[in-house]
Amino acid sequence: MNKVVKNVEEALVGIEDGMTLMLGGFGLCGIPENSIAQLVKLGVKDLTCISNNAGVDDFGLGLLLHGRQIKKMISSYVGENAEFERQMLSGELIVDLIPQGSLAERCRAGGAGIPAFFTPAGYGTEVSEGKEVREFNGKPHILEMALTADFAIVKAWKGDTEGNLIFKATARNFNPMMAMAGKITIAEVEELVPAGELDPNDIHTPGIFVQRIFKGEKFEKRIEQRTVRMKNEE
Amino acid sequence: MALDKTGIAKRIAQELRDGWYVNLGIGIPTLVANYIPEGIEVEFQSENGVLGMGPFPFEGEEDADLINAGKQTITVLKGAAFFDSAMSFSMIRGQHVQLTVLGAMEVSQNGDIANWKIPGKMVKGMGGAMDLVASAENIIVAMMHSNREGESKILKKCTLPLTGVGCVKKVVTELAVLEIRDNKFYLIERAPGVSVEEIISKTEGDLVVPDFVPEMVL
Repeated sequence: MNKVVKNVEEALVGIEDGMTLMLGGFGLCGIPENSIAQLVKLGVKDLTCISNNAGVDDFGLGLLLHGRQIKKMISSYVGENAEFERQMLSGELIVDLIPQGSLAERCRAGGAGIPAFFTPAGYGTEVSEGKEVREFNGKPHILEMALTADFAIVKAWKGDTEGNLIFKATARNFNPMMAMAGKITIAEVEELVPAGELDPNDIHTPGIFVQRIFKGEKFEKRIEQRTVRMKNEE
Repeated sequence: MALDKTGIAKRIAQELRDGWYVNLGIGIPTLVANYIPEGIEVEFQSENGVLGMGPFPFEGEEDADLINAGKQTITVLKGAAFFDSAMSFSMIRGQHVQLTVLGAMEVSQNGDIANWKIPGKMVKGMGGAMDLVASAENIIVAMMHSNREGESKILKKCTLPLTGVGCVKKVVTELAVLEIRDNKFYLIERAPGVSVEEIISKTEGDLVVPDFVPEMVL
């Protein structure tokens, strides 16, 4: 089944004000940067964005925050973004902070048809407020609900016309689970190849989870914390 | 003299055991990787999806697609593996990782830890810390004994929003190694040249001090 769309404009057709979006990535690593740029262009507002982080001030989801396009963020860590912190502390932005493992599993559950699950993470903290607690093997756990989205937008290294995806290194992160949990999943890829060119053994996300795929026009791939060692170091 | 960050990392590295998979948090914990004792093999897990983390890359060899949980560029060693975030936390929640080292703003004598939020001031989020502390069997906290105002961070009860309850068993600060048992801190070792009196004066929580407190050997 051919999932290819012409470009980012065509890929994002149907995204409207007030929708819930999932966006893959960890920090700025593995984020769908072409789609984010297009969301800025479209000017859609009142979005609920589910993403592990909120970008930095001038890149990633920070671009959407800058234009006040996001109404609510569901994330685990937002430390690198001053504008985010300002909007949150002033109450302009609704923020739901949840433990990273619970966020990953809630997305996975959403795509896997599991409505909720128990986890020990967050028991006894603010995260457990209002949630059902149950003991298993003598240890308290809290009930976490699955997450789904109107659109999931992911970024992969290679994809084929069937929507099969391969991710590179740690740019995989949240992308596979979010791909599963979108009613419509959009994949932007660095390399788009005809069906048959990717070895089925190597596929990380099978095409069944992907409705639209396109080759991103350009990938800046900004590095958040460039850390290096000198050649003479051990 | 009180230890510097490197000293704290060196002391924690002595806790590593052959064959362990280890998750290191951001800051001082990251430095622990530089002081693996000779003759043992450990493998570092980073919760953004890598096992077998290596040193920072040489200049010009950075890869934007290869970072650690602190978003720093890294390399991987032979035998490394990449995986998604759900699998990463399956390793953590499923207790396949033997040791977690992380920083803290406060710990209390019942093993509670606070390290993710200062209400009205700093809200960075918990990242993976809540998942890590809720499931890890072996948690070592690397932290400073007091805050910038000189107030103890080793407390009877945490004042900041908690990250986890009753989970910390060992704390290494610039002054001391402490263990948490029976709702008390136990003084295990002191930093070279640091007096027991100084540690007592800077510890707000209940502290059990044996007659002889050995100095750390670094």
